[in-house]
Amino acid sequence: MKAAPFDYVRAENLAHALDKLSESGGDAKLIAGGQSLVPMMAMRLARPALLIDINRLDELKNMEILATHVKLGAGVRQRDLEFHPQLHSHLPLVRKGMQWVGHEQTRNRGSVGGSLVHADPSAELALAALVLEAGFTLESKSDGQRHLKADEFFLGPMFTAVSDTEALTQIDWPVWQGSHVGTSFEETAIRKGDFAMASAACQIQTHEDGRIRRISFGIGGVDGTPLVFPELAKSLEGQVLSTESALHVAHVAAQSSQPGSDMHATAAYRKHLAQVLLSRALLSAYAEACTNTQASNIT
Amino acid sequence: MTASNTLLKSIQIQVNGTLQHRLVEPRTSLVDFIRDELGLTGTHVGCEHGVCGACTVLLNDEPVRSCCMFAVQADEMRVTTVEGLAPERGVMTRIQDAFCEKHALQCGYCTPGMLIACHALVADNPHPTEDQVREAISSNICRCTGYQQIVDAVMYATQAEGQ
Repeated sequence: MKAAPFDYVRAENLAHALDKLSESGGDAKLIAGGQSLVPMMAMRLARPALLIDINRLDELKNMEILATHVKLGAGVRQRDLEFHPQLHSHLPLVRKGMQWVGHEQTRNRGSVGGSLVHADPSAELALAALVLEAGFTLESKSDGQRHLKADEFFLGPMFTAVSDTEALTQIDWPVWQGSHVGTSFEETAIRKGDFAMASAACQIQTHEDGRIRRISFGIGGVDGTPLVFPELAKSLEGQVLSTESALHVAHVAAQSSQPGSDMHATAAYRKHLAQVLLSRALLSAYAEACTNTQASNIT
Repeated sequence: MTASNTLLKSIQIQVNGTLQHRLVEPRTSLVDFIRDELGLTGTHVGCEHGVCGACTVLLNDEPVRSCCMFAVQADEMRVTTVEGLAPERGVMTRIQDAFCEKHALQCGYCTPGMLIACHALVADNPHPTEDQVREAISSNICRCTGYQQIVDAVMYATQAEGQ
């Protein structure tokens, strides 16, 4: 459980980090909080020749809260996100999801970008990013910046579109406009803070009369990446959400997942769990939306 | 510890109030640095991949897992280990005393991590509820299943303080 030898450099700024990444030809890894990478190195699932420490770069820690979206630097600590006073009104789903991300001890070190680039299939931030259709800014020395949507970013378990010489620098989280927005994040793990056996997230906006105006939802931990269901969500627009329709939609969504089995839970159990959690998330987000008269971007 | 193939890095970390200047291999974890380089064996190594919480220390006053970071990352930072909780040798903090009083340990392996987690909680929140104590120690595994006594100890220490 000891990491293989590597060299270490503390980046002076982002340009320096990108230079080093580019020079390394794919043998280097960026490290911020290290809460995913260090365990992987301890287990020797990762053996970078060089670690480039970006943890102290203030230019990756910006948090800009705009009416339409929230810009987060990839280096923002999870703990700082969790306690940001405006996050609750702007990104209530992220705030609820954060409560399930690891433990206080890991959130004190772990960064938002670090969790996203590791792309664990059960990661809460990845699920929230897909549900909210977050935008990702990647940057490299050779190709400059490029922008991807969440569904282009996550490619498979622990696998994203970030190349060996690229850094994730910023994540843009859309803020839903207007009132009657409700959210819910449900999860089951062996111990709170451990990897989710299954999780579900939902954000709903309703009309005054309770019909659904906009809805997005997803499930995590039950496939190679978290799954979202834009077409299924579309079919609910204009409807009033009944318990029957929530159960039906949750069933259809969970059936399309392909979870694995392990010592904690069989694939069938995980599928069932995803269905139960998603139906709860749908109903609870809907109930909150119907009664929430606050506009989400009011600060 | 051999240093073949790797350049040593010069770091200085303030541990329990004392500035420690050392040359380390980059791959030396913070917990190995604390135990092997400094001889402070109060901090325990359990799983070495961030699950058990036995290695919890305070880094700039915040609880972190010292197995999940390399010592080089803590350069120029402050670390408090279980040895540094009490103001002087032979004295115990109120929470340490309550751990004795309420039998909050059996084998003692998880105790340093539990103590750090509980001290971090109480530093921010001097009178926590039982649920808040449970949340604070949910990151730490006790294999003697002594969680209830640990919760009791923190409640005892923090309620007594309020009287």
